[in-house]
Amino acid sequence: MNYVVPKTALEASKALVQEGAFALAGGTDLLVKLKTKFVSPSMVVDIKQVPKIMGIEATADGWWIGAATPCAEIVEHESFCKDWPGVVEALSLIGSTQIQGRATLGGNLCNASPAADSVPALISARGTCIISGQSREREEPIEKIVTSPGVTALEKGEFILGFKLPKPQSGTGDAYLRLIPRSEMDIAVVGAGTTVSVDKNKKITSIRVCLGAIAPTQIVLDGLEDIFIGKEPDENSINKLVSIAEAACKPIKDKRGTIEYRTKIAGVLSKRTLTIAYERATNH
Amino acid sequence: MNDMTQTNLERALKIVGSRPARPDGVDKVTGRALFGADKSLPNMLVGRVLRSPYAHAKIISIDTSKAEELKGVKAIVTSTDFEDFPSEFVPNGEMVVNMKDITRNVMAREKALYVGHTVAAVAATSEDIAEQALALIDVTYEVLPHVLEVEDAEKPGAPLLHDDMITIGIEPAPESASNVAKRVEFGFGDVEKGFSEADLIIEREFTTQQVHQGYIEPHACLASVSEDGQAELWCTTQGPFVVRNFCSKLLGFNAAQIRVTASEIGGGFGGKTVVYLEPLALALSRKSCRPVKMEMNRAEVFTSSGPTSGAKIWVKIGVKNNGQITAGDCVLKYQAGAFQGAPVGPGAMCAFAPYDLKNVRAVGYDIVVNRPKVAAYRAPGGPISEYGVESVIDEIAIKIGMDPIDLRLKNAAKEGTIAPYGPKLGPIGMIETLEAAKSHPHYSAPLGPNQARGVASGFWFNIGGETSSSITINEDGTVGLTLGTPDIGGSRASMAMMASEELGVPMELIKPIIGDTNSLGFNFLTGGSRATFSTGTTVVESTREAIEELKKRAALLWEVSLDQVEWFEGHARLISGDEPKTMSLAQIAKQAGKTGGPIMANCSMNVTGAGPSLGTHIVDVEVDEETGQVSIIRYTAIQDAGKAIHPAYVEGQMQGGAVQGIGWALNEEYIYNEKGELENTGFLDYRIPVCSDVPMIDTVIVEVPNPNHPYGVRGVGETPIIPPLAAISNAVSRATNKRFDELPLSPPKVLAKLMHG
Amino acid sequence: MSKTHVATHINGDSYEFLCNTQQTLLDVLRHELDLKGSKEGCATGDCGACSVMMDDRLVCACLVLGVEADGKKIETVEGLSTGSSLDPLQQKFIDLAALQCGICTPGVLVAAKALLEKNKNPSEEEVRFWLAGNLCRCTGYDKIVRAVLEVAAEARNT
Repeated sequence: MNYVVPKTALEASKALVQEGAFALAGGTDLLVKLKTKFVSPSMVVDIKQVPKIMGIEATADGWWIGAATPCAEIVEHESFCKDWPGVVEALSLIGSTQIQGRATLGGNLCNASPAADSVPALISARGTCIISGQSREREEPIEKIVTSPGVTALEKGEFILGFKLPKPQSGTGDAYLRLIPRSEMDIAVVGAGTTVSVDKNKKITSIRVCLGAIAPTQIVLDGLEDIFIGKEPDENSINKLVSIAEAACKPIKDKRGTIEYRTKIAGVLSKRTLTIAYERATNH
Repeated sequence: MNDMTQTNLERALKIVGSRPARPDGVDKVTGRALFGADKSLPNMLVGRVLRSPYAHAKIISIDTSKAEELKGVKAIVTSTDFEDFPSEFVPNGEMVVNMKDITRNVMAREKALYVGHTVAAVAATSEDIAEQALALIDVTYEVLPHVLEVEDAEKPGAPLLHDDMITIGIEPAPESASNVAKRVEFGFGDVEKGFSEADLIIEREFTTQQVHQGYIEPHACLASVSEDGQAELWCTTQGPFVVRNFCSKLLGFNAAQIRVTASEIGGGFGGKTVVYLEPLALALSRKSCRPVKMEMNRAEVFTSSGPTSGAKIWVKIGVKNNGQITAGDCVLKYQAGAFQGAPVGPGAMCAFAPYDLKNVRAVGYDIVVNRPKVAAYRAPGGPISEYGVESVIDEIAIKIGMDPIDLRLKNAAKEGTIAPYGPKLGPIGMIETLEAAKSHPHYSAPLGPNQARGVASGFWFNIGGETSSSITINEDGTVGLTLGTPDIGGSRASMAMMASEELGVPMELIKPIIGDTNSLGFNFLTGGSRATFSTGTTVVESTREAIEELKKRAALLWEVSLDQVEWFEGHARLISGDEPKTMSLAQIAKQAGKTGGPIMANCSMNVTGAGPSLGTHIVDVEVDEETGQVSIIRYTAIQDAGKAIHPAYVEGQMQGGAVQGIGWALNEEYIYNEKGELENTGFLDYRIPVCSDVPMIDTVIVEVPNPNHPYGVRGVGETPIIPPLAAISNAVSRATNKRFDELPLSPPKVLAKLMHG
Repeated sequence: MSKTHVATHINGDSYEFLCNTQQTLLDVLRHELDLKGSKEGCATGDCGACSVMMDDRLVCACLVLGVEADGKKIETVEGLSTGSSLDPLQQKFIDLAALQCGICTPGVLVAAKALLEKNKNPSEEEVRFWLAGNLCRCTGYDKIVRAVLEVAAEARNT
């Protein structure tokens, strides 16, 4: 197994084009796959020295989060936490304190697990990612990346350089909740990320709810605008949200939960994240 | 033994009952302590294991020729390298073992009986080469249908694991083989008559899942067999002498040929009482004449060591309206894994043991299934059967409108009670723990919304057994203790404390070590909550013998008769005489050379008279009725320790046992797929409690002395894992007004019950 | 294939070693450098027994490649004590019996120290969630949490 540490994005792409090359950022997924012999790379490309891939910074129109920035560093960034508390809630749930010291948003997305915690939150926040490749950089909405479990839309030689999140407009709130059997250290049975914006009268102006672990990829709930826009959430609209969430589920039964359970929880977490996000939006 | 109780219990104790630092503390907080995987030898090879991918398969052939040709491969072993044995059962602590089965579990012979069953092992110059060699071993299997659950395994026509298994304990003996290895029955009186006298009868079936001890240190060992057949084995084990005996039998060594040294042990809970890697490493080392190190990875620990049984149980209890139990009856069906030996016997014996009953019956079945062979796990069998009984007791309390502690008090076993398994009980602390529970502030604290409180009690026998230890008085007045039971949770400290108490010298001057198998007589393992009781008894006895010798030496120096000398606070003292005369232990030791030579004493005995330990736990839970999640809000564990030598480590046993029980109750379970493969082979999905899952575990140590130990010690290690299962299930049932009868109470199961009843 | 040369700092000292690229930092610490205090309980980042600090971040050594340690600052349990003085956490764990078998203890101590360096006044809940990645099967966590809280309180009072 070769190990290379490219110093530029182009070098990284050139290395990643090679057969059997795997990108290494925080390594919290890749090293487990190495240990369990799930993968046997011919080359590991440590992308952490590529410019801009580490660190978090405010930009003119929002935020830049380097794809290989450890979650622990993002969580320590006070003004980012203030802007996107739901995103921070989500990424701070990726594993233990030790995992947080290494795990990255780029890795969480590219591992392409339906249960990835950060992904529903980033999608609900309308985040995008910058993809670096041999010939070009491109920007894509996050929901375009994962195509099926373990598979991404990245082309050979491409890797994620970083994430862009908008500066939340006034009256915006987001929230993320997941259901796990324990209080920590588990993979989400269901995850839900919700972002809402409200006007001065507390009427909803935009809403986005994204669910994880209930289908092969993350699912953005459709049809919420008709129910919520221009109104405050009430029992009736929340019940509709629960129904839409339950109907969107195409889960599998596995060691982590039954189909019935996942479906039910999708509704519960949609409701609960909406309540938190709306509360945050009205105080923002 | 009786003379040993003397006046100790009345004497004011100075050391026993205090909380000194443990002698091995610094080693363990600095990373200096050496555990099973921490030792290496020059010229060492790495051993790896080839395991069955099938739950049940006939082994047609094993071709190792290609693997042998691989450069760097130094030895390969298969079943032909191990002795075979006729079927014979021998006790191993609270469990029973059979060498015919042990040799087959260590290395599959005719059949592979579970996914992960060892089929061959390789020693090579590197882990990579060993792994490559495993891939080159060609095993031809004939895959057979498998069976995982007791209700399927006992059906006529079920796939048979052992063609010759005729159920023991049924008269007349069945004519055909089955997967039911054994039927046991305990009890007395007339249960049918008892039920006819009852005002209320509750009858219910329960299910529990297979769970693992979950020790953090995987099995590991380092074996070195020299050209002349002398073997050294370093391994993580609860019983180095037991390992020596198993290994010598399996490999045809004599006992003196193998010296076993126990490493520090990173948790055992019963799971490190039998052998897995050790005979393989010895066999590989014997073939290669090089040291061989073997370690299990975490997945192997789950698939191929010895978890405890999942079970189906049925409990029926009849009661008068005043709470008097008229009869108790239960049937227990425990998974044994691939070979017989489920802990259903002890499960049946203690199911109703917290109570004083006139009519009682407990029937148990030991049923083989295509899962790893179970090993002991903390009070083996007890948590399962007592979970069922304690759940029904709680349901009765609700139905007759009685406080659950009062109901237990009304029926509590006490000194003189005939235990359901036969003997008359000595002094025991059931009533005392119940009264302590009732008066604890926790029991009357207010509860919040969606919260409820559960209570359950637990009984465990504890054991004694063969034990040997020695004491040496060094020439500078310091003291060495050599012990034969590995220190899993602070036992060096409690042994040094007892010696210190007897001698009257500071504990810091006493150095306890764990001896190897050549340094002492046979010691049974650390298990059955026996170390502080049994090893403690021999330490006290040998220390008293050393004191006698010290007095003799003082008498010689003073030129008086022995009866003129007494021992007082670390000194020999002249009883009569014109002026008070004393001589310190150090002064006597310094002159030992001229009074007869070095001073040492040892004690070897088969310790009897272990005292059962009773516990009662109180738990508050909160149930999220939308998600089925159960949170543990508050927890109090109360237990009779007899006498707590080092109370902090007694509390530690109670807290650790309670949290293991919480894991068993809430989330731990073996999850198999249809192919018989274990799906959760790591700590990510085999969910032992993490730090944020639990609150502080309050403890109350009750002391009802065991008359058979010089300080009154009862074993404390096992009892605390028993009450949590029912206490939590009872609390969840009370919080939701639905009676739960299945573990674990994981969120999907709880929500399904809330949705569908 | 040939091994890779790595230069790193461990517990304040310079180390150089050769390792295979597949070897984890834990493999290197234990097998190449004979620093056996970091334990392997799972090798998949689920138990925390191999917790070490890398450039002031708490990580599982089993989830770091040995080659990634090049130029980094690593701190392990072997570096907690100074001369013959134990770290206050080490002493408190002994005093309060916050260990039983001791296999998780090195990782717990490294993690607890990382917490107290970041948060001088952690709540019980903060301690519990910070240590959620350090599995202990013996103690039920009670005495571990108490020890960490006591050390924090004593540090604030001196």
